[in-house]
Amino acid sequence: MAQQESARVRAEEEPLLSVENLQTAFFTDKETIRAVDGVSFDIRRGETVGIVGESGSGKSVTARSIMGLVDSPGRVLDGSSIRFDGEELTDKTEEQYRGIRGGEIAMVFQDPLTSLNPVYTVGNQIKEALRLHQGLRGAAATEEAIELLEAVGIPDASRRVTEYPHEFSGGMRQRAVIAMALACDPELLICDEPTTALDVTIQAQILELLDELQEERGLAIMFITHDMGVIAEVSDRVNVMYAGEIVESAPVEELFENPRHPYTQGLLRSIPGNQPGSERLETIEGDVPTPNEPATYCRFEPRCPKAFEECTRVHPASVEVNTGVDAEDHSAACLLYPEDVSQAEAVELHEQRNSEREVSER
Amino acid sequence: MSEQVQQESVSVATGETLVEVNELKTYYDEGAILDSNPVKAVDGVNFEIKRGETLGLVGESGCGKTTLGRTLIQLESATSGEVLFDGTDVTELSGAELKNWRRNSQMVFQDPESSLNDRMTVGEIIREPLDVHDWNDPKERRARVRELLDVVGLQPEHYYRYPHQFSGGQRQRIGIARALALEPEFVVLDEPVSALDVSVQAQILNLLEDLQDEFGLTYLFIAHDLSVVRHICDRVAVMYLGNVMELGATEEIFQDPKNPYTHSLLSAIPEPDPTSDKERITLRGTPPSPRDPPKGCPFTTRCPMKIRPEKYQNVDPDLWVAIEVFREVLRERSRAEKTLTEQAKELLGMETRFSDIGEIRRELFGDLDVPREVEAHLDRAAEHVKNNEDAEARKVLRDEFGSICDAENPANHVVSDSGRISHCHRHLPEYTEPDEFTPYTER
Ligand code: SF4
Ligand code: SF4
Repeated sequence: MAQQESARVRAEEEPLLSVENLQTAFFTDKETIRAVDGVSFDIRRGETVGIVGESGSGKSVTARSIMGLVDSPGRVLDGSSIRFDGEELTDKTEEQYRGIRGGEIAMVFQDPLTSLNPVYTVGNQIKEALRLHQGLRGAAATEEAIELLEAVGIPDASRRVTEYPHEFSGGMRQRAVIAMALACDPELLICDEPTTALDVTIQAQILELLDELQEERGLAIMFITHDMGVIAEVSDRVNVMYAGEIVESAPVEELFENPRHPYTQGLLRSIPGNQPGSERLETIEGDVPTPNEPATYCRFEPRCPKAFEECTRVHPASVEVNTGVDAEDHSAACLLYPEDVSQAEAVELHEQRNSEREVSER
Repeated sequence: MSEQVQQESVSVATGETLVEVNELKTYYDEGAILDSNPVKAVDGVNFEIKRGETLGLVGESGCGKTTLGRTLIQLESATSGEVLFDGTDVTELSGAELKNWRRNSQMVFQDPESSLNDRMTVGEIIREPLDVHDWNDPKERRARVRELLDVVGLQPEHYYRYPHQFSGGQRQRIGIARALALEPEFVVLDEPVSALDVSVQAQILNLLEDLQDEFGLTYLFIAHDLSVVRHICDRVAVMYLGNVMELGATEEIFQDPKNPYTHSLLSAIPEPDPTSDKERITLRGTPPSPRDPPKGCPFTTRCPMKIRPEKYQNVDPDLWVAIEVFREVLRERSRAEKTLTEQAKELLGMETRFSDIGEIRRELFGDLDVPREVEAHLDRAAEHVKNNEDAEARKVLRDEFGSICDAENPANHVVSDSGRISHCHRHLPEYTEPDEFTPYTER
């Protein structure tokens, strides 16, 4: 119920982050990898948007593109737009980006050690962030650092603040990284598989912590994971990525109850816990492809049980799965949709969308 | 549904014991220069594996499950105890006997990226165990490799390719083919699908099940992902800090866990269902170091159902948690390394970062209403800490607030008709059973 309400409110509110037609490619001697290929979505204040996908789906590159962390030979292509709080980020210089990164937007990675410097105490690293972003120094900074460590549930914080990262356990390190992120008082927290390296009881602690912090501070969270269980738990809205594209997008309950893209359907069915007792697991045959060329076909076609002829020559655009009155803000990039028109009409609609897009890109 | 699974597994397993493990301990001594405490990776476990069954071994990192698996097939040597294969204690084998026995038990590793030698062709990798054991003549070996490629769903032309040309799922197929080369009876699968994507995971799990049926294999399946275990295992053993906490039929354990640890672990798994209203028990803290496990029950420092002394039965839950955290902090401090300067400061009676006991008391008890009696004991403990007598401080708290859970390692109680066992004092007649007890954290 709350969800329908929030869906309505959602449409009216200005997004905090708005990503449009994001394309990030890596250029090597041998090939071009179109890691993110035309991704669009947005995030509003206080909400958690999940991005789920398997390895190679482009979900992490999406996060790094938003943070301005794509290194050569990769780059964000022209025609991509990332707007944060109304401001375009794609034309920022590296220096301007540094102010945003770890300022209004903070990021938590899978491996906490990538964010922590082994030669400084955890306290000093948090204090550095406090100095840079809130102008705090000396005793005031120490006190705030201790308070942040307490806020992320690290006991004995006044002692811990003087310790080095290697003296922390994996779960405690991730808490320390979250404390550091909070030191910048961000509006958007991007979490890239933040619990994947952790044990399940520790994962539960971190998810609970993120939930509390979001409530207290009104944070918007972009949560990237491959784990459907985690996605179901944390997200308000979910985007499913496959081979560089978002193939389905819906409010979380709608997505799990009523998955429409054949890939999402297959993914949900291949989770072992989802079919206790069944003898064989359903599988998606084959592997995730590496997107090398612009898509003029459906990238899921070689593995899709519902594929038909047009799938090899028409690139599916993202369309509402229902166009009727009770459309649920639920879209899929598949030629089977919209569902309430004939297949030929649907295919025609996708072709039309593609040519519109080409025109606008010129 | 669950009945079906059980019937099916019975038809696969013959009920005959293949492996019997008695009081097995595996300790490591590395880093023993500074302190003489060994890592107690496996600390006294007992179980059996039936011929043809899949026994799951689950638990969090550092619980000893991988060491246990490696000890069973003698990749690690046991500190004490027995591992009987068809009645022979393999911990006693050596030389030619050991080499000969090894043919019979193989291992598939977690990471297909690093467990295959990238300079060898796929054919060479699969053939290597045949070469090592001088299996038949070279021509027959090559034929055997082709057969194995087919068995695991790879193509004959893959023989001459290199592992890096394959995807993660295919690499795991290569690892499985290699493990099967010598027709073993027993295979330890160490997290065989955890590095794979969900859609590929399912393919490998199905393959493993097919191979088990076809060759009558017995599996020990080590995993941290419980949904995978639920799908593939007939029985499951849940490990914590070197001990088996609960062991029994998979569906029984998943539907009705008896041990407090199993209960907490299962409740922590996020379900792929946003409407799920599962009651979660969020455990406090992290597992203690296996170099210095708690005295009584291994789970005592985090257990949400820990038995309390009679007189503190009705203490306010928040206060009780604060007391437990206080004890944990002191444990933790005694473990944290002291630098040389700190040791010197301590000897000179100077302030160290370990001496701010007042601070931590304010942090934990500041907002709580602490009864006189409790306060008095906290004061005594704090006094010891100030005098750098950490061990005494911990003893004061243990004597006052501890219970049987801190004092004695629980026995293995039989808790169901099918012979499930659980390692917990709450199964003793004088206490409330764990599944009838509301965890403190839920009150
Ligand atoms: S467009 Fe065709 S191939 Fe692609 S998901 Fe839809 S039905 Fe399958
Ligand atoms: S013995 Fe005590 S501490 Fe251990 S699991 Fe049982 S109740 Fe918990």
